Amino acid sequence: MEENKLIVLSAPHFKSPLTTKKIMFTVILALIPAAAASVVFFGIKALLHILISVVAAVATEFVVQKLLKKKINITDGSAILTGLLMGMNLPAGAPLWIGAVGSIFAIAVVKEAFGGLGQNFMNPALAARAMLLAAWPSQMVSWVTPIDAIATATPLAIAKAGVPDTATLPLLWDMFIGFVGGSLGETSALALMIGGIYLIYKEIIDYRIPLSFLGTVFVLATIFGVDGINSGLFHLLGGGVMLGAIFMATDYVTSPSTAKGRWIYGIGCGLITILIRFWGGYPEGVSFAILLMNICAPLIENYTLPTKFGKVAKVK
Amino acid sequence: MKNKYLKTLTDGVVTENPLFRLVLGTCPALAVSSAVANGFWMGLMVIFVLTFSNMLISALRNFIPDKIRIPCYIVIIATFVTIVDLLMAAYMHEMHKTLGIFIPLIVVNCIILARAESFASKNSILHSAVDGIGMGLGFMAALMIVATFREVLGNGTFFNIRVLPAGFPVAKVMVEAPGAFITLGLVLGLINLITARSKTA
Repeated sequence: MEENKLIVLSAPHFKSPLTTKKIMFTVILALIPAAAASVVFFGIKALLHILISVVAAVATEFVVQKLLKKKINITDGSAILTGLLMGMNLPAGAPLWIGAVGSIFAIAVVKEAFGGLGQNFMNPALAARAMLLAAWPSQMVSWVTPIDAIATATPLAIAKAGVPDTATLPLLWDMFIGFVGGSLGETSALALMIGGIYLIYKEIIDYRIPLSFLGTVFVLATIFGVDGINSGLFHLLGGGVMLGAIFMATDYVTSPSTAKGRWIYGIGCGLITILIRFWGGYPEGVSFAILLMNICAPLIENYTLPTKFGKVAKVK
Repeated sequence: MKNKYLKTLTDGVVTENPLFRLVLGTCPALAVSSAVANGFWMGLMVIFVLTFSNMLISALRNFIPDKIRIPCYIVIIATFVTIVDLLMAAYMHEMHKTLGIFIPLIVVNCIILARAESFASKNSILHSAVDGIGMGLGFMAALMIVATFREVLGNGTFFNIRVLPAGFPVAKVMVEAPGAFITLGLVLGLINLITARSKTA
């Protein structure tokens, strides 16, 4: 088929034993600590949210591929991963149907309508999250505290509300462990970092994107932070930046494949995140930052293509 | 002879639907399709303007110098748009306020100029009138299809009549600008899929 033309970077190439299926299940494995942490902190509701999202994603994938008479490949794990990320992006207080709607949108509209695996121009789970946030704004910010499930604000929302008062702001240690309000999978920086280190060790993801993303957020938040409270570390541990930088921004399909491009992409993600967090309307900007950079990824890739071997530099 | 007119009419509504097949007039379509009533009135105004501008341009087609035909068409179209604008302001004041700037903007609606250029300037008055009615009806139908999805899902109503229970968690995004793009894109995709299927079948 015309549109399935193989596009590769310049030589040399080597054959890798890694398959899509292996990659997907390694990422899912790396997400288990964070998913488990969300169940510990937010209880059975977290488990239900995640399960419903995963089941809806896989079921949608199956139905759409059946309707479009395509090869059914729900066992490759990509739909499971999208569903898992969808569920982990929901606040614990949200109604249970919302994850299902998000997963259906992610798979049917963002992924399959654009051609299925490898053809989506945006991260499906994130695009669905943005859609849910626009469609049901009140349900999508129903944050609750861990364990006792009392309505609360996220650390970032507290910081956004004004010059923060140290007493109301959560401790950095609590934010590191995950004992704060937030989306299910984003609160525990520790669990996410375990997964991230595992993925980098297994060479599933490139360290460049998370490093440049997190580094930019840290540096800019340190420069523009207020009174040291709204500090670099606070912005690194608060909100979805860990989840985004490790698991969402590194999506193969929607991030640049060149090394230089990945630095630019990560820095762009961090920059937009900080712009939205400090001067935007929303307290959190990770998902929009990644989505915007997803769209820029082909352009970045185009400008950072490595020189072909044997090409002679232009003489001026 | 009768057959030719019927074909022009169905071309406008179905096979050459201005919004879904020619993808013309998407700007007003995105803007006013948040409610079925808006789509209906917008469609009605476009039918009026399109039919009469087509007829007049067809009548003058041998007198309009080729080099300045576009300004001439615009003047004719603007005349009819001003008529509907003032009529709406006088008799449908609320709707006039809702549609706002998109009524005067009918002047630059590409459907109308496209039909003037590609149809009315080459065909008889009656044939052009039929084309105007067909294209206008097609545009109106397309607007109302898009608006139905948006109004039902985003507001829980159809033609301002409540169809979903009051507590239903409607998706606000559908009546806002992003909902217009999502809906139009999906409906277009669906129609392309159906036509591709029926061609291969």
